[in-house]
Amino acid sequence: MDLKLDHHNEDRLTIVEVEGEIDVYTAPRLRELLIDLVNKGNFHLLVNMEKVDFLDSTGLGVLVGGLKRVRAHDGSLELVCTQERILKIFRITGLTKVFGIYASVDEAKEAHGKDK
Amino acid sequence: MATVELTFSALPAHVRTARLVATAIARRTGVEESLLDEVRLAVGEACSRAVEAHRAHCPGEPIRIELRDDAGRFEVTVSDHAPSDEVQQEKPLDLGMLSDSFMTGFGLAVISGLADDVEVFPTPKGTDIRMSWPAAGIPTS
Repeated sequence: MDLKLDHHNEDRLTIVEVEGEIDVYTAPRLRELLIDLVNKGNFHLLVNMEKVDFLDSTGLGVLVGGLKRVRAHDGSLELVCTQERILKIFRITGLTKVFGIYASVDEAKEAHGKDK
Repeated sequence: MATVELTFSALPAHVRTARLVATAIARRTGVEESLLDEVRLAVGEACSRAVEAHRAHCPGEPIRIELRDDAGRFEVTVSDHAPSDEVQQEKPLDLGMLSDSFMTGFGLAVISGLADDVEVFPTPKGTDIRMSWPAAGIPTS
């Protein structure tokens, strides 16, 4: 399956919907979207990974790159993910300590609201 | 011992094909369903690493994968022809140390965390990454 990307704004959060496979072939499209969103002033990103079938280290690198960009603007990049096979790669690489990972968009929105 | 070999040009689009082939043969070889995601990701990481290395050093050279059913193990060897830089990434917890480009050591760390058994053979003429998982054997029907 190819990669499908969409995004919309809810309050101060930009929710990025990702569906399909994030790998060395498709990750550049996600990178371009994240860069574009940041360049347009969206500094609080929530990436919904619930429909991601596959994620490799290239995809992780893109998410890390996005996190660095938003942090440069005092922003945030958090994830929604409950799939064990996707969470496993975050655990292997230690990135569970770097990203906020939530079980649902609502949970992330609630946590984000409390931070404000 | 049954062997399947696959060679492909160093293009990112072909990595998905390699993953699919490896997963299909792993299933056929009798690797447990619960391990197939690990096979898919580890083979994908090894192939991504090889593609990036070839694109940097020898884009015209093909990458080779060998998939074997060997004495109760499903064994995959991904071979590239790019000189090894032997980059070893420590556990990437420091955000400042990470870049959003592909990180060779990062991919190898993932492979090490996924494959049941991993050996990396870096040489000036290329790198072989050999990974294996337990397999029940090829069904007779």
